Amino acid sequence: MREDTTKRVRELVDAVYRSESRRILATLIRLLGDFDAAEEALHDACAVAVEQWSRHGVPANPRAWLISTGRFKAIDGMRRQARFDASLPTLAKQLESSTSDAEAWDDESVEDDQLRLIFTCCHPALPPEAQVAMTLREVCSLTTEEIARAFLTRPSTVAQRIVRAKAKIREARIPYEVPSETDLPDRLDTVLRVVYLVFNEGYSASSGASLTRHDLCSEAIRLGRLLVELLPEPEAVGLLALMLLHDSRRAARTSPTGDLILLNDQDRSLWNHDQIAEGVALVERVLSSRRFGPYTVQAAIAAVHAQAPSPAATDWAQIVGLYDLLLQANPSPVVELNHAVAVAMRDGPLAGLTLIDAILARGDLGNYHLAHAARADLCRRLGRTAEARASYEQALSLTQQEPERRFLKRRLAELSDQTG
Amino acid sequence: MSIVACLDDYLLSTALHVRSGGLDYMKYMLLIYFDEQALSETERQACYVESTQLAHEIKASGHYLGANPLHPTAMATTVRVRDGKRFVTDGPFAETREQLGGYFLIDAKHLDEAIGIAARIPMARKGTVEIRPVIDILGLPTD
Repeated sequence: MREDTTKRVRELVDAVYRSESRRILATLIRLLGDFDAAEEALHDACAVAVEQWSRHGVPANPRAWLISTGRFKAIDGMRRQARFDASLPTLAKQLESSTSDAEAWDDESVEDDQLRLIFTCCHPALPPEAQVAMTLREVCSLTTEEIARAFLTRPSTVAQRIVRAKAKIREARIPYEVPSETDLPDRLDTVLRVVYLVFNEGYSASSGASLTRHDLCSEAIRLGRLLVELLPEPEAVGLLALMLLHDSRRAARTSPTGDLILLNDQDRSLWNHDQIAEGVALVERVLSSRRFGPYTVQAAIAAVHAQAPSPAATDWAQIVGLYDLLLQANPSPVVELNHAVAVAMRDGPLAGLTLIDAILARGDLGNYHLAHAARADLCRRLGRTAEARASYEQALSLTQQEPERRFLKRRLAELSDQTG
Repeated sequence: MSIVACLDDYLLSTALHVRSGGLDYMKYMLLIYFDEQALSETERQACYVESTQLAHEIKASGHYLGANPLHPTAMATTVRVRDGKRFVTDGPFAETREQLGGYFLIDAKHLDEAIGIAARIPMARKGTVEIRPVIDILGLPTD
């Protein structure tokens, strides 16, 4: 009977941990002023919970209980170290005597703590790879092994990045704060960049056998939702919409053998229409606020595609218009390339080819395989077979991704089947 | 957040951080790098005026510990001691595209505050300001 209770309590503690651990950790980091101390405190608190809840019953507010206990265990630990630092016993005594437990973790401060955690993990003073590793580890609670596997690095590399990041947070005193109103736009940009990087890594793996690693996509979307829940800024909503709309095509994007299927050739019945509906609604919501940015415009483009019942029914004129808008906000060669492809769809291959050739002539995107693949496709449609072949081969030499290589090789083979 | 909770927060964080000189403050060195060749005499003087103004502003706000421009690297001398032998040479420690041209030493609550001050340094607009947290070792002479 006793064993049965303990087992049930352990399962309950696990359940609470799964749903609450990130929130509890975020608050413990604020209370204890240190990431590692907070993780240790959380771990200790869960161990105590299994033992105490079996004996005294489950508390009314498990989250508050775990935070309170974690903090208490940390104070205990400090007392044990008191031999090495004369100030710690006084400190521990002062902390122990504080009675304002309840206020420290009401719902609002818990939300603030989660935002503090996200913004700290994505602080610009940390190197970009560390921002990603910290966010995935501390906010999404992925293990270092999972992060390493997702980004095709070694666990030791990831672990080192995280250790160094925590050291920098400590030694340079990166504050555990939500940025001020003036700093918020730039700081939010960094967070969104991290989230989008995670999504893109999952969506189109930069090398290796499989085209999508959907665990990362789901993680990024989950992060995006959390961000929107805590801080419903237009670009955060726009990014969530963009990720949902891209992800909605996941099932249709690769064949069962892992081959790449172009947007034009995808089975649209395989698209996730719930995600599309949600994404479209979010885009409309942000566009009406008139305070949107590049992510929102990209989401709007994705929404136009997502709402077309067939490739032929795609509103390319609207897409070109949206790319014009995007170019104003985000004048990058890659955006120009996508704009050129859309122009080709609206005005014919020659119009698009002229734009792409202008980009390449400038010296931009020479090493970008998609630029050459797009050029090749337009040449193919114009019947310029020799040029198409040259561009497909150029594209092939520039990508390591297996599904993309297979696709390009197939296109080359199709060219050879024609005369000329 | 209640006062007691704020106190807890501060007490714990000072326990877990290296002790620093001021109450709640930490020292940061702001190292100012720019291309000496690209600066005219007029620009240099204007920079001194603006930097002096900044020094007064942050003195008033309690952040200022010290600041100075440095003579250009043509005036630099390098000293090394190896195996008891002294090596003295003309010139900076390394040839770089941007050179160390001045510094601010400040007290700040945390890195974001230091970044805010660094961004106000005139040469941040043309050159680079490096922010380095200062290690406060015990036993150094006090003022």
